[in-house]
Amino acid sequence: MSDTAESDGRRIAGEARDRVRFEEEALELADQVFRVARGLVNSREEAEDLVQETYARAFRSWRSFTPGTNLRAWLLRILTNLNIDRGRRRQRNPDPQPLEEGDYFLYNKLEQSAGRPLEEEQVVERLSQNDVVDALTAVPHDFRDVLVLVDIGDFSYQDAAQILDIPIGTVMSRLHRARRALKRELAERSVETP
Amino acid sequence: MIDACDHCEQLLQPYLDRVLSEEERLTAEAHLAECAWCSNRYRFEADLRQIVKSSCAGAMPPDLKQKLAALRTPLL
Repeated sequence: MSDTAESDGRRIAGEARDRVRFEEEALELADQVFRVARGLVNSREEAEDLVQETYARAFRSWRSFTPGTNLRAWLLRILTNLNIDRGRRRQRNPDPQPLEEGDYFLYNKLEQSAGRPLEEEQVVERLSQNDVVDALTAVPHDFRDVLVLVDIGDFSYQDAAQILDIPIGTVMSRLHRARRALKRELAERSVETP
Repeated sequence: MIDACDHCEQLLQPYLDRVLSEEERLTAEAHLAECAWCSNRYRFEADLRQIVKSSCAGAMPPDLKQKLAALRTPLL
C-alpha cells in the first residue's frame, strides 16, 4: 500500500471512530432531550417527531460539533431551531401580559379557595399534575422555551441564551414572565376545581 | 417604605435561583426565619418547581430509542 493510501485509510478509520463516539454520546442524552421536547410541544407524539428530526439532523451534521463542548446544549439548539422552523410560532410575539400579580399570587389564590388557612403541604395538594401540564401548554411559546430549558432542562441562563440565541437579559425577563404566566394559568385551572 | 413581606416576595425567584447578592440573601433569610407567612410561600414555590420538573419526567418510549439508534450512519 502506498504511503498516501495508508494515511487516507488511517484518516477514514479515525473519522469513523469519532463519528461512532459522537453518535453514542448523543444517544445517551436522548432521555434528557426528550424531556425538554415534551415541555416545548403540546403532545407526546409531537415530542417524539421533534426528537427524531433532531437526531437525524445531528447525525448528518456531526462534523459541525466541536468535541469537548456541551453536546446536550448543541442538540437542544438543533431541537429548538427545528421547533421554530416547523412554523409553530407564526405571529408569536410574546404577549406582554401584565405582571401585577406577585409571586405569592398562586398560593394566596389556592388558600383563599379553600376558605380556611392551610398548611403549605395542603396548598401543594390542591395542584394536580394534569393541571401543571395543561398550564405549561398555555404559556406563550417564547416564554415557555426559556422555562423548559432552565426549570426542566436544568440549563444555566448562559446556556439557555446560547441555545435560543437571545441575550441573557432576555432569558431572565422571559423566565420571570414565564413563571408568572404559569402560575396565572395554574390558578385558573386549580381554583375552579371544586 | 416597602413592606418586609412585599420585599421578601420580590426576592423569591432570585433566591431560589441562587442569584441574590450575599446581602440580599441574608435579608431574605432573616425575614423567613421569623415570618411563617413568607416561608410557607417560599416552600410552596420550591415544591412547585419540583412538580413542574416532574411533569415532563415521563420516560422516553422504548421504540423511540430504537428509532433514534436506527438513524445512525451505518458502518461500511
